[in-house]
Order: sequence, then structure tokens, then C-alpha cells
Amino acid sequence: MDTKFYKSLYRIRRVEEKIAEVYPTDKIKSPVHLSIGQEAVSVGVCEALRPNDVAFGTYRSHALYLAKGGNLKAMIAELYGKVTGAAKGKGGSMHLIDLEAGVLGTSAVVGTTIANAVGYAYGLKCRRQDSIVASFFGDGAVDEGVFHESMNFAALKSLPIIFICENNSYAIHTHQRLRQRLLNVCERARVYGMPAERVDDNDVLRIYERVKSAVEALAAGRSGPFFFECMTYRWKEHVGPNEDYHLGYRTKAEAEPWIKSDPVARIGARLEPGVRRKIEEEVEAEIAEAFAFAEESPFPDHAELFADVFKQN
Amino acid sequence: MDRILSYTEAVREATDQEMARDQSVIVFGLDVDDPKAVQGTTKGLVEKYGPERVFGTPLSEDAMTGAAIGMALAGLRPIHVHIRMDFLMLAMNQLINIAAKSHYMYGGQVHVPLVVRSMIGKSWGQGAQHSQGLYSFFMHVPGLKVVAPSTPYDAKGCLIAAIRDDNPVMYVEHRILHFQKGPVPEALYAVPPGKARITVPGLDITLVGLSYMQVECLRAQRYLESRGISAEVIDPIWLSPLDMETIAESARKTKRLLVVDNGWTTCGASAEIVSQVIERLQGISEVRIRRLGFAPVTCPTTPGLEVCFYPNSRTISSAAYDLVCGEAKGWLPEERADLQAIDFKGPF
Repeated sequence: MDTKFYKSLYRIRRVEEKIAEVYPTDKIKSPVHLSIGQEAVSVGVCEALRPNDVAFGTYRSHALYLAKGGNLKAMIAELYGKVTGAAKGKGGSMHLIDLEAGVLGTSAVVGTTIANAVGYAYGLKCRRQDSIVASFFGDGAVDEGVFHESMNFAALKSLPIIFICENNSYAIHTHQRLRQRLLNVCERARVYGMPAERVDDNDVLRIYERVKSAVEALAAGRSGPFFFECMTYRWKEHVGPNEDYHLGYRTKAEAEPWIKSDPVARIGARLEPGVRRKIEEEVEAEIAEAFAFAEESPFPDHAELFADVFKQN
Repeated sequence: MDRILSYTEAVREATDQEMARDQSVIVFGLDVDDPKAVQGTTKGLVEKYGPERVFGTPLSEDAMTGAAIGMALAGLRPIHVHIRMDFLMLAMNQLINIAAKSHYMYGGQVHVPLVVRSMIGKSWGQGAQHSQGLYSFFMHVPGLKVVAPSTPYDAKGCLIAAIRDDNPVMYVEHRILHFQKGPVPEALYAVPPGKARITVPGLDITLVGLSYMQVECLRAQRYLESRGISAEVIDPIWLSPLDMETIAESARKTKRLLVVDNGWTTCGASAEIVSQVIERLQGISEVRIRRLGFAPVTCPTTPGLEVCFYPNSRTISSAAYDLVCGEAKGWLPEERADLQAIDFKGPF
């Protein structure tokens, strides 16, 4: 279990560090919202899901995409704007998709995919399919009306969906306490009629265990939805590869406990050094290959501009 | 023998027949399962297909539109019904940012077969927020199809085409058109996107009437006939994709084009039609052009002012007459009983 979790966590961390490293060269033609520091949430949740379950995410979804099994080469090529990308270079970092892996889409407009995830869960229920939907969003989305409307409908129809609020305390640079009087998001979820639980230590194993119990309950026929608020912390700036403590909206001191309890390092420390090294070497080779693939891939042909406006029936 | 159905009966029948044909078609929206069943357009469907496929929703246009998109992604073919087009303003994020864009921004991997029905109101004090014809908002955005059928025949055929389309379709109704009656075949048929219809052939002027204004243009054609003017009337039916071939060809022939919109003219459907006609015909044929639409104000409730807010068959006739004569003649036909507008009478 530890090796699997470590591989996923380390892989996401290193992919994003590599993105941050390449970013100043301008080869990546897409705004990037890095998940560094928040990987445990995606990994814990996605390890608890089954392969036929699906996930909807946000513009900060590199971690979700990779944790759910999204194709790494297609993701990097997408960031490079290449035709071999996950969306042929037309979506970029904020609109990642991998249908085979069950990554159904991510959106730049905060909160938007919550409703899409709820509708998808309704569709699954109507079509008597066994899958479960995981809907990822941040504490900023909780400000949006669509969050509340979606919670209400999901509870009303007892849908097979698990809501994952990745609470990193900030909507861009504005702290949750400046946006909301009640800081416990779980309390809000409960009033719509669903069980809600907070995992406050960014611990991948605890997130995994708690979400796993919800997945099992839904798989056993218990009615949804379930709600989890996972407390976490973004190390980098809202968008881009750098740190932003100089802006003054948060302090390095606030970040330090989160950085000290880095979930990647925590799991890594539990492994035999030899096992750990082998995982890291495999991941590094895979990442190098993915970036080379993106570099070598061509940009889309100009005719591609007009493709896929409408699906031809 | 042609059966005669009302517009609402045609909408109901199209929905019923498509739901029977295809298990993945579902209908929801405010009040679709209540006793009035949205002017009868969803009457009997919940009894026939059950509450999972036909249901009234919470008053959550934003999330329910997002949910409709999610359902479409999961393999259903949802029809989301709005009793007022004005309420669509609460659903714009999902319609513009997700429904219109998903197929493109995900590289063609997903599609959103969604129908959004909405209704424009008129008369009996509909006022500021029950009267807006906002379809040009949706025509502006790539990835959405827009249709505004004006007859029961097209109401059925276009709804069937919309349901079967793999893309999001904004299906725009008009409350006054709901009372129209006309021939509607019982069999399933589609009136496909991108084809306009010449509803009356003519030689002297082209009248393009959108949505309810098609009815007023047909009345104007009769007034003009009494002055010896032969108007060709066109119903675009589908506003996106728009059949510019038919409209431009008619304008080339008649050399006079009057576009009458059931909305404001500024940046509206009429602006688009006129621009495209000019782009196609400049240097080839000189065409005199005029547009009519809502007065550039908020729709007032009082009938005393509402009467000047909308174009009607007589003001259309007057404008058309001036266009044909090439100068302002100030002719306004005496109202004829057989060409009187039948407005909504209430009680609401």
C-alpha cells in the first residue's frame, strides 16, 4: 500500500516540479495552477475509487488527473499545446480530460463542475450503472451559488456521489475567513442532508480510509451523497511556478507546519531506501519520457482550428 | 388528411414520441410535472414515463443546467424546460462555458446532447422580465444551435431534430405561438438545422420574420398585397446555423430586405442577418435594407405603451411600403379584422 501511495504522490510532485522548472522557458503555453502540497487529497481519494468510477475537477487538477490514472504524456503535451495532448492542445492545463481513466473534465470557472458531476451521478443512477462520481472543488467554490444548489439536488435525489472539498484556505489571495462567517464547510453540507466529515491533517492514508468507507457504502447500495472536507495547503502561488509569500497575504510561518508535514515525505520515510529509490528512478524516467514526447510532438495543423465546434451526428 | 394540432400539442407529441423511441430522453424543469404541465407541453408524460425521466426541479437554474450537462455526458438526452426565457440568465455560465465548449475544448472526446426549451412572453403585462427574446446571446457563441419555430409543424419537427442532435440546442418558443394551430403529421419527422423556409413567395420585397414576428410578417404580406406589392416572406426557423443562402438569394431577387426581429435590433439576430446579406451581395446587387424589432427600451407592462414597443403587421407593412417606394410615404393600413393580432387574454 505504502509503495503504491508513494509512487503516486512522488510522481505528481515531480511532474509539477518539472513543470515549474520548464515554465520560465515559455515552452508551456498554458497557465498552470500547481497542486504542490495538496497531492495527498487527490491520491487518497483516487486510490479509494474503483477504475470504473469517475471524477470531475477544477483548474487545479494536475494531481487529480494523474492520481486517477490520466495519461502523463497526453497531459504534458496538452500543456505544451501539442496535437498529441489530452485535448489536442485545445484545452490546456485547466481543461484536462482522460475518459479511459474516468477524468471527465475540469473547469476554469469556480464551482462549475460540481453541477456537472451531480448530473453525471443522476445519469448513472438512471442508467443503473454501478459507478460512483467524485466531485472535487475548493473552499472558494463553497462561496458560489452553484455549490449550494448542487448539494441540495444531490441530496434530494440520493445520488451516488462523493463531494471532496479541498480546503486550502485561499481563493486566490483571499482567506476563507474574509469570505465566510462559518469556516466549517461540513456544517453546511450536513444541513442539505448528507453525512460530512473533515480530515484535517493532509494525511493520505486517513483520506484514503475515510473515502474508501464511503465508496464501499455506496457500492453496497447505501444512498449518497457523502461529503469530505480535506484540509490542505498550497505551497506555490495561485497560478504559476513560484512562491508568493512576498505578496503579504500569507506568511511563510503559516505554511511551515504544512511543509514540515509534507505528505510525500511522510509516506516516503516509511519505505525501505532501496524500494524508494527504485520507485523514484522509474518515475523520473517516465517524466523525462513524457516531456521529451511533448517537446517532439507537433502543434496542431491550422485546419484543426475549425474541427470539433459541433459533433456531426 | 392533415391533422390539426396546436403548437403546444405538437411540442407535447414530439416529446412523447421521442421518449417512447429513446429511453435516454428525459424531461425536467420547474413545474413540468405539475397539473398545468407547462401549458400542457409535458402533460401526461410523468404518468407514462415515471418520475425518474420526468421531474420538476428545485428552483436552481444554474445547477440544474450544469446537471443537465452532466446527464448528457453520462449518456442521457435531457430536455431542460424553462417557462421563461428570461430565467435562462441564471444558467448562462453552464450554457456558455460548459455546454457550448465541451466538445471543442476537450478535443472532440465528449459531446453534450442537450435541449433547452424556453418561452418568450408578450402582452397582458408580461413586462420587463417575462418578454425578452434573447436568442441572439446564444447565436453569438460557437457550439450552440438555436431554433425558434413559428408553426406547430416546425415545433414538432424542430424539437425532434433538437432531441436527436448531439449538440446543445436552444429551443425558443413564444407564448403567443403556443395558441397557433396547424397541420402536424402524426409520424415522426425532423426539420433539420440550417434550412429556412419561404413561407410566401413574392417579388417586390423580402420580409424575414423571426419567431412570433413571422406571424406578423405573414399578416403584413396580406396588407401589402392589397396595395399591389408582392412580398416574399421567409422564416429562418433555425437561427444557428442560419440559412443565409435562402435569405440572400431572396434579397438579391427582390432588392429590398426587411428583417423583423422578436428582440432588440442592436447586436441582435437582425443585425447578423443584414450584415451577412451585405457581405454576400455587395458589388453584386444593391439592396435596400431596414430592420424592425423591439423599441430600444425595457418592455413596459401598460398596454398603452406596450403597443408601441413591438412591431406589428401594420407597422411592418408601413416600413415595407416605404422600402419598396424608396421614400417615406407615411402609409399605415387600416386594421383589418381578419388580420388582427390575437393576443394573450389572461387571466394569467
